[in-house]
Amino acid sequence: MHLKYESFVREPLISGNKTYAQVTEDICRPIEQKPSRLWYMGFIFSLLLLGFGVFSVVWEVYWGIGTWGINRTVGWGWDITNFVWWVGIGHAGTLISAILLLFRQGWRTGVNRAAEAMTIFAVMCAGQFPIFHMGRVWNAFYVLPLPNSRGALWPNFNSALLWDVFAISTYFTVSLLFWYSGLVPDFATIRDRAKTKLRKKLYGLASFGWTGTAKNWQRFESLSLVLAGLSTPLVLSVHTIVSFDFATSVIPGWHATIFPPYFVAGAVFSGFAMVNTLLVLVRKIFRLEDYITLGHIEAMNKVIVLTGSIVGVAYLTELFMAWYSQVLYEQEAFKWRVLGPYWWSYWAMMACNVVSPQFFWFKKLRRNIVFTFILSIVVNIGMWFERFVIIVTTLYRDYLPSAWTYYSPTWTEIGFYIGTFGLFFTCFFLFAKYFPVVAIAEIKFTLKTSGDNYKRQMLPLEEKSVEEFVHAAEHAH
Amino acid sequence: MAIKRFAVATYDDEAVLFPAVEKVRNSGYKLHDVYTPFPVHGLDVALGQKETDLHIAGFCYGITGTATALGFMSWIFTQDWSINYGGKPFFALPAFIPITFELTVLFAAVGMVLTYCYLNQIMPGVKKHVFHPRQSDDLFVVVMEITDPAAEAEMVQFLNSTGSLETTVQVAEEGWWYGWWHKEEEYQKQLA
Repeated sequence: MHLKYESFVREPLISGNKTYAQVTEDICRPIEQKPSRLWYMGFIFSLLLLGFGVFSVVWEVYWGIGTWGINRTVGWGWDITNFVWWVGIGHAGTLISAILLLFRQGWRTGVNRAAEAMTIFAVMCAGQFPIFHMGRVWNAFYVLPLPNSRGALWPNFNSALLWDVFAISTYFTVSLLFWYSGLVPDFATIRDRAKTKLRKKLYGLASFGWTGTAKNWQRFESLSLVLAGLSTPLVLSVHTIVSFDFATSVIPGWHATIFPPYFVAGAVFSGFAMVNTLLVLVRKIFRLEDYITLGHIEAMNKVIVLTGSIVGVAYLTELFMAWYSQVLYEQEAFKWRVLGPYWWSYWAMMACNVVSPQFFWFKKLRRNIVFTFILSIVVNIGMWFERFVIIVTTLYRDYLPSAWTYYSPTWTEIGFYIGTFGLFFTCFFLFAKYFPVVAIAEIKFTLKTSGDNYKRQMLPLEEKSVEEFVHAAEHAH
Repeated sequence: MAIKRFAVATYDDEAVLFPAVEKVRNSGYKLHDVYTPFPVHGLDVALGQKETDLHIAGFCYGITGTATALGFMSWIFTQDWSINYGGKPFFALPAFIPITFELTVLFAAVGMVLTYCYLNQIMPGVKKHVFHPRQSDDLFVVVMEITDPAAEAEMVQFLNSTGSLETTVQVAEEGWWYGWWHKEEEYQKQLA
């Protein structure tokens, strides 16, 4: 018998009376069934959104960047707002898969697969914005470290914008590798169960011929641990570098050392909200409530209230520093941000990001599915406004009052944003149908320590006094 | 291609598997491999396997990334094409750090995953023999190589005595080959 067990003080992570076979069955069921009508409706709707996005982007590329509402004063508008927003959302996936792995948080196993998928799709969406923001998108390869054709003129490696290119592409690659290396054994499970030839063929390819020998698993664990160790500083670096896009400039309102931690906290905040939005739906539609339990949702809500409060402190610190710095330009920037024509975006941000997560101090609300779902959307709206506030409300009142302006997006910009939702949900619907949305092998690995039925077997042990337990263990042989 | 005969034992509980593995190792029969549906902690130790050196490879790849990024940027900005950006030094080390870090991580991750695939012999298009369809579901499968055909019955009996649920004898290709997973039946026919 294993002496290693987890006390009932910790909530079981897998409820219901599960065995290894049952775990496989539950998670593979949605893949092996025909997709429901709801799935088709959602998928087609996402494809339509994607189509509209493609149309908007083609329109913009054909007629030029002038079809967007950005102007000489507000050079960064919805495009960069959406870029930062999507990248931020991605951060939760890596936080769950990497940082929580290093912290040995068992609850990550239920949600990491879907959260990592979300990361990858969100980064894909994010990447579109800076690329099309370039305007002459056919010259996008100029950001690559290649000498150009008129002599060996290289990109500027000292520029935060170029750091971003490296950060985002590395982040995407490493997340994809981490995610897929975990998927390989699960694809092998689906392959070995497959009844149809096509499924056997495709999952055979996708599983890379994995068979799961003891040595394979040993290397698997080593790889996961090192990739987690690499991803942890990576995820922190990515949003730090995104914040450098602003902080290394000399624009009042942007030029602040608080930006990196403030951006990272905001990214985790919005990312966890998005994970909650998706998982509340996924667990319901695929009947995975036993694996993505209320305990999982509650844990994520705790992260939301923590990071939401950090973000709130950052907002107040910014205001305080603007006043305390005695710099006129800094003070004016924040005056226009809070009270100017865009006051509504600032206060929407404050209400959604600082006030609304405070409800999660109450356990009842943390464990309420409907409330969690609504609040997760509110938080994401708030975090979108945060990026809008940082970008647009800093730029629209610049140094010369004659250049002061107001910015509103055109339909192409809105269409582009809608299109990335299409891309994200198209990918997510395909993922939910064809990929195991919960990591099968990892759940099995935690089943005997955190499964409800296995924990229950330990109850008689818990009732013993410590002396009695030690005595029994010593004389067991 | 090495086609061999194997005795395949199946277990459904770690508590039975570990003593069985110990008995198997002491029995003197040739152990081919143990297949499990998830990482079973301590199994590598029970099998007497050494700790993998994959992480050391990862470190080497990482260092390569660091050197590549730092060397490349320094060479470009001091030797190949120096540009004066606002009077800042050509060799601007602090400004090189973000890209250096990203390339370190990128090289380490990509290099490690490729090494991992190579060592585990996994790649799209690779086909291996699956001894039991439930070895990726809920069974722990211990596979012994039958080196002496005369001892076959004895081996099966021995494996049954270690708590195996069901012990079978299979003829199979021991390594991997390029092939399709849906053509399993054809491969079996070829072997027979």
